Amino acid sequence: MTRAESLRLIQIKTNLERRAFILDAIRAFFRNEGFLEVETPLLVPTVAPEQYITPFAVNGWFLSTSPEMHMKRLLAAGYGNIFQICQCFRKGERGKLHNPEFTMLEWYRRNAEYMQIIQDTERLVLSIATNLHLGSTIHYQGRAIDLVPPWPSTTVRQAFLDHARWDPTSNPDPERFDIDLVDKVMPNFAPNRPTVLLDYPAANASMARLKSTDPLVAERAEVFIGGLEIANAYSELIDATELEQRFQSEIERLEQEGSQHILMPRRFLKAVANLPPCGGNALGVDRLVMLFCDANSIDNVMAFPRDMA
Amino acid sequence: MEISEVTKNTKLLIDGAPFAVEDVNFVKPGKGRAIYRLKLRNLFDSTNKELTYHSGEKVEEVSIASHDMQYLYEEGGQFTFMDTETFEQHSLSKEQIGTRAAFLKEGFVVAALSMHGKIIDINLPKFVELAVVESAMTTKTDTVTAQQKMVVLETGATVGVPPFVKEGDIIKVDTRTGTYVERTGKK
Repeated sequence: MTRAESLRLIQIKTNLERRAFILDAIRAFFRNEGFLEVETPLLVPTVAPEQYITPFAVNGWFLSTSPEMHMKRLLAAGYGNIFQICQCFRKGERGKLHNPEFTMLEWYRRNAEYMQIIQDTERLVLSIATNLHLGSTIHYQGRAIDLVPPWPSTTVRQAFLDHARWDPTSNPDPERFDIDLVDKVMPNFAPNRPTVLLDYPAANASMARLKSTDPLVAERAEVFIGGLEIANAYSELIDATELEQRFQSEIERLEQEGSQHILMPRRFLKAVANLPPCGGNALGVDRLVMLFCDANSIDNVMAFPRDMA
Repeated sequence: MEISEVTKNTKLLIDGAPFAVEDVNFVKPGKGRAIYRLKLRNLFDSTNKELTYHSGEKVEEVSIASHDMQYLYEEGGQFTFMDTETFEQHSLSKEQIGTRAAFLKEGFVVAALSMHGKIIDINLPKFVELAVVESAMTTKTDTVTAQQKMVVLETGATVGVPPFVKEGDIIKVDTRTGTYVERTGKK
């Protein structure tokens, strides 16, 4: 080990100690809520086909990009509320907020929809702050952020009309959506509060169900704190036919690009027939730790990011 | 090459001109498309620009010849290098050298990059050894680096080092990151 390497590890030690504490606090929170901690495989025969998430292929298998499909198979088999903290792998994702191998917290609550999952998220984040003796206000990158629920929320439609001057729900334009979200919408979120962005365009539904009162949008919510995108919650789609159609169009898009060949996840789709109504959330643990460590790079909250692995 | 393969220091051909990638800013909203914001330096005229690319886009890498040249001296903002085989001399401007001047010592051998016979850029050795000429007190400005202090090297570079490094010591520095590696000689 070079001196520079050991020096770096010593410098981030307090962050890694806090990380371990946060992992404990997450587990305590969910145990207290009656959730069962589960483990699902990291080495998987197929992944959910998604245009912008590229898996690592290993001897005809894949490294898991998300535990979602396996956790839903447990729910379909009759398991109650479950949570998991695991590694996920996404090829090519590397930057100040990304490492191709990262830690995900994922949970599912039966008979819940996305707004209840957002309430879980509010209580979880506040309980971690309390456990760290930070009270309800944290300081991130020079700004105080008040975590007291309920967190301010806005719909994607309203946020885009206000700041990008177009409506992505009635005029879907996936190309423009991501860049305007990053350049025009996110910079306008209140800096001293978390922001919940609700009701994504149907084209960005992923595995969320469409809103029965407004099928142009999906019951999908994202949580942003201190400019960091922290979590992605759904009222889960439990209609296997609709899910298969969505997968099929993603698979076709991937085949057209010629970049990846992903098989239809048959076992998962079969299980979805028995999936109970539920809501779920995927929360980036590394970014949550960044927030509580006032770290501006994901590298400062993991011992061995890609370039140092 | 794929945009995802571009890293700092990749050399790209854009609209007929060679550019060095100074920084890659990767942004990716959840479930969305990756956005790559490149900070680029034109290797002909040292002007800067920023360009945005999306995942799946392709860029053209410049094929550039590389050979060893020795750094001789700096005068009036011109840095003069000598080809170690032909003894021909070439100069690059202060703007072309940029922040790398802080790690350039007379006598160092660098890789000179040329396109159409013209020297357009240099690559510093990955590691250089330089003497510490000034050592400040331990700083407490940054909590993450509280166990470091700043020192000034003979070339003018400022580097964070462990507290035991003293004036006169020779230290090894990683020129890609500008960070301390180890102490190689003591006063």
